[in-house]
Amino acid sequence: MSVRFGVVRFPGTCDEIDALRACAAVGDAELLWHGDADLKDVDVVVIPGGFSYGDYLRVGALARFSPVMGEVTKFAEAGGSVLGICNGFQILAEAGLLPGALLPNLSLRFVCKEVDLVTATARTPFTSGVAVGETLRIPAKHRCGRYYVPDAQLAELQANDQILFRYAEGQNPNGSIDDIAGVCNEAGNVVGLMPHPEHAVDALLGSIDGLRLFESAGRTPAAV
Amino acid sequence: MARARVLIRPKTGILDPQGEAVERALPALGFGGATDVRIGRLVELEVDDAAHLDQMCERLLANPLIEDYEIELLDPVPSAA
Repeated sequence: MSVRFGVVRFPGTCDEIDALRACAAVGDAELLWHGDADLKDVDVVVIPGGFSYGDYLRVGALARFSPVMGEVTKFAEAGGSVLGICNGFQILAEAGLLPGALLPNLSLRFVCKEVDLVTATARTPFTSGVAVGETLRIPAKHRCGRYYVPDAQLAELQANDQILFRYAEGQNPNGSIDDIAGVCNEAGNVVGLMPHPEHAVDALLGSIDGLRLFESAGRTPAAV
Repeated sequence: MARARVLIRPKTGILDPQGEAVERALPALGFGGATDVRIGRLVELEVDDAAHLDQMCERLLANPLIEDYEIELLDPVPSAA
């Protein structure tokens, strides 16, 4: 039985169609509407990139009040697999489902380029098919991607194996602390990253490395 | 009803690239000697219960991980004529 992915669309989301295509390459995929408190019994939830609620107040700050987020929180707390990409990462951080916060890039510029990500843990549903130390080439495009946690919490993330990917040496595009490109929660089932694996699933576009995250999730038995 | 003003700014120790860019721009206008420029947000609001303001800041208006906030209570809202 193929894994069912649900991709959440908020007002201002713009990467949901690419995310749907990436999910559909490895399983069944459907859109979920932010205003419905219903995850339609999907096995994996993807919160895609974009500019939910126009990035008003702070990036990701308002989307977490959408009705669907209550269900996403319950799903995550029950062990369900959740992937937040870019704005999705920002939303999960604001919702408290992932540690840390995303600040404006140090350059103050919108970054749009391919980066090499070094895999730091394979214990999540989205990296279970990737080896620790393996490099994936994936595009990043954001203005608020500088990952930040206070030093004490950074040490906890390192000790708890919660760092998902780091930007390869010399490629940190935004000033993220410890070159962090993505993290997971302590249990490992909720994952967020700034670069866009859903834009790297077709050789025509330069890289198919992003597919690895979706393939990993497609193989992982649903936990809920 | 109370009128309030909430000042939100990056926590000490968090790099504020906007503030740094402005700090670098000021000398170009001939204003030397401006340092430690920090850029934040100002939220003005009217609330029924000023006791809620702190929780409003903690849970939405500010992100306590990265931002400090100050609440300033202003004059009472003039009642409608």
